[in-house]
Amino acid sequence: MNAHPDHHIIVAPDDDGIAKGATLMEVKNVSLSFGGVKAITDISFDVRKGEIRAIIGPNGAGKTSMLNVINGFYTPQVGTITFRGQERRAMKPHHAVRQGIARTFQNVALFKGMSTLDNIMAGRSVKMKRSIGWQMLWHGPALAEEIEHREKVEEIIDFLEIEHIRRTPVGKLPYGLQKRVELGRALAMEPSLLLLDEPMAGMNLEEKEDMSRFILDVNQQRGTTIALIEHDMGVVMDLSDRVVVLDYGKKIADGPPEEVKNNQAVIDAYLGVPH
Amino acid sequence: MFYRVAGQYKTSYQADYALFPVKQDAWLLALVLIVAFVVFPLTASDFMFRALLIPVLIYALAALGLNILTGYAGQLSLGTGAFMGVGAYACYKIVTIFPELNIIVAIALSGFFSAAVGVAFGLPSLRIKGFYLAIATLAAQFFLVWLFQKWGWLYNYNASGAIQVPNTQMFGITVTGARASAMSQYFVVLSVVCIVTFLAINVTRGRIGRTWKAVRDMDIAAELVGINLMKAKLSAFFVSSYIVGIAGALFVFLWRGAAEADLFDIQLSFRVLFIAIIGGLGSILGNYLGALLIVALPVIIGTVPAMFGLPISSAMVEHLNTMIIGALIIGFLIVEPHGLARFWAVIREKLIIWPFPH
Amino acid sequence: MERLHSIFVAPFADMVAAPDFFLQVVWEGLVSGVLYALIALGFVLIFKSSRIFNFAQGIMVVFAALTLVGLHERGVPALLAVPLTLVVMFFLAVAIERVVLRPLVNQPDIILFMATIGVTLFLIGLGETIFGGENKVMITSELGIPTGSWIMEPFGGFVSIEQKDVTAVVGAVLLVIALLVFLNKSKMGRAIRALGDDHQAALSVGISLSTIWVIVWFISGIIALATGIVWGARAGVSFALEVIALKALPVLMLGGLESVTGAIVGGLAIGVLEKVFEIYWGQPLLGGNTEAWFAYVLALLVLLVRPQGLFGEKIIERV
Repeated sequence: MNAHPDHHIIVAPDDDGIAKGATLMEVKNVSLSFGGVKAITDISFDVRKGEIRAIIGPNGAGKTSMLNVINGFYTPQVGTITFRGQERRAMKPHHAVRQGIARTFQNVALFKGMSTLDNIMAGRSVKMKRSIGWQMLWHGPALAEEIEHREKVEEIIDFLEIEHIRRTPVGKLPYGLQKRVELGRALAMEPSLLLLDEPMAGMNLEEKEDMSRFILDVNQQRGTTIALIEHDMGVVMDLSDRVVVLDYGKKIADGPPEEVKNNQAVIDAYLGVPH
Repeated sequence: MFYRVAGQYKTSYQADYALFPVKQDAWLLALVLIVAFVVFPLTASDFMFRALLIPVLIYALAALGLNILTGYAGQLSLGTGAFMGVGAYACYKIVTIFPELNIIVAIALSGFFSAAVGVAFGLPSLRIKGFYLAIATLAAQFFLVWLFQKWGWLYNYNASGAIQVPNTQMFGITVTGARASAMSQYFVVLSVVCIVTFLAINVTRGRIGRTWKAVRDMDIAAELVGINLMKAKLSAFFVSSYIVGIAGALFVFLWRGAAEADLFDIQLSFRVLFIAIIGGLGSILGNYLGALLIVALPVIIGTVPAMFGLPISSAMVEHLNTMIIGALIIGFLIVEPHGLARFWAVIREKLIIWPFPH
Repeated sequence: MERLHSIFVAPFADMVAAPDFFLQVVWEGLVSGVLYALIALGFVLIFKSSRIFNFAQGIMVVFAALTLVGLHERGVPALLAVPLTLVVMFFLAVAIERVVLRPLVNQPDIILFMATIGVTLFLIGLGETIFGGENKVMITSELGIPTGSWIMEPFGGFVSIEQKDVTAVVGAVLLVIALLVFLNKSKMGRAIRALGDDHQAALSVGISLSTIWVIVWFISGIIALATGIVWGARAGVSFALEVIALKALPVLMLGGLESVTGAIVGGLAIGVLEKVFEIYWGQPLLGGNTEAWFAYVLALLVLLVRPQGLFGEKIIERV
């Protein structure tokens, strides 16, 4: 890992009035199915403010579906999600963003035709308010707003060390950098809960180390709560405070990494003991 | 050498957000504007104005409107012609009902009617995606043209079924109708096009423009970063149809002088679409380059072979023109899907490092 | 009240009062519907096998018909002109694969769609340059298609059925059957169907992608020629047919882009409904000519309820 200067993330932590260590989000008895095929069955777990929570499980365990339920992309048939004290079942994804949930995707979901800068700026769309009238004139309030947000975005660009690709269309970037830009876009939303769907998939060792460092920095310096899905067990055990394990859409274990690692049900699930 | 950007440092984001961060671009634009506002009026003939300059500007404006919807927001539209028609008929009714109104104000107002109709036919885009959406704009295309024919109130129940542009004046100069001079019409069109282009550039480079491009590149991801898809798509339909509408009003009032419903048929929609494709989807500059090519091509085919002693009938000019445009579209998509605008960008990059490419 | 009566009661009363006329209207609509369905079918075939939204399908119909008539005008006997036209359509398929599809493979859908618009324009220009832009008469009787008409008298009334329309319907049915047999029974047909699901799987059958594309475009060309002959027999041959050919689009949307059944049902439904609407509502109430937009508006309304079309598969969004 290369030494890097002390980053001071000036993006202010979202003040959601929840003390560190208290419950930030609670998933209660959630079930989801697609036309009779069950993706998630009766899952409950919580995420505490300030922690890194890992969701692991074999392929097809329902991990991504779980994230999709949390950020409102899928609506579960049964169960509720309580986020920052508000309970809900159905919501539009853009409402989830407004509540402070941001995420990245398993297969990078960037805006391929736009530059790195524009992609990350797009993450701030929700926070920009100037009407189309001001934007048509550009000079004046719209420009002032643009510059104010540009400064925040440049801090993120510095933090992720992607200054050199600021103007490059992201479609032309290598996969590892695309993942980094996507993290940048999620950070630009200043979330209080950051969902990362396999942030290190398809990366080499060095890229994984960089990404781990960024995740830890975001968590520790900014205090952002993180829930992540990851296949690399080494990464999960190193990074996370608590781990929830899914298999065939059901929760089979929940607890600190050491405990989960030695859980018989988890070992069976990964070794493929028949059900 | 002439296009060197080295040494032009930007020390603030403000400077980075100037309309032309590179000095030479600003000089080039100044040159183009001087040619457009001074050189052409001093030198061009009436034929030049009516056969080339005015139609290029109007088609470019219509393509700009379509480009906002299709190139920026990614919503395919095959109904541009009909939306131009809404602008033209709205302008005609406004001028009929308020004859004292300044024609520029009437044109600006008529855009709101096409914008409203555009949003109405844009509503299905919230449910229908991709190619399926083309059907919504085709429905608009065929239904509206039919309405232009059948709804007599729109053309003041003229026996001919056509709308005839009245003479109107601005600052004492006749700008529309049979008595208007080509040069005065050219100035009106040029001014409107310049203003709208300036506003469009600003909208497309700010928050709303990013929102549109995000929806175009990946609508699901756009929704998941908090963009309200409904607002983004409908605002694109609104802005696009507004511009297309005033292009339609200019089309009839400052160029054709009269119009029947058939003028706004699907062929017109396609012509504007070709301009946007050949010029470059997702570009402002491209609309002008594309319009120049599409308008000038038949003129060239009609005159060049004759110079070499090979006179071609006007029907043959049309056939060859269609064929060449088809081949050009295919050629562009293969060589450079981003159109003429990208060609210019590539040339500019080369100029910046010329003559020391390393 | 008067108005409501004229919308909701009077048209149905008219249908019941003159059932023979109603039958005539339905028959006319059905024949147009068969033609819409044929164009849509060529389209579905290409879309299924290559995900290309082939805007040029309608123009291929006109181009095939024009080539046939043009060859005959130049002294080629009618029955020889048909195979010669097929040869032209084959080379067209090869040319499209070489010049357009191969360089654009893996481009976004919208780019390929635009390219087929380019092909459309090119074919219009080429056809007009070679054969001239004026309207032509289809060589119906030279091809041995009967041109008389049968009179029937159902319900004591009077229905006239043109023999060439019957020929068109029978021909279309045979063509569809042949196509289905080809798709389901032959190795090549199965490869084409598999291609829509998975390129790799199709390639493992041992047929190259470009061969499949040429074959698919050629089959669409054959369908185009058949459509062109029967359509030309009804309406003459010119590029004005292009606007009518565009109606294949709502047919497709209604049926769902990938469904052969959808193309046929959608075509027949739109053909009949637009004719019935025009006669019983359009002409008496709306000033006529509603056939210009009815199909599009109908398809739009259906899509609002079912965004994937009547026979399309439901789309589950994933990220």
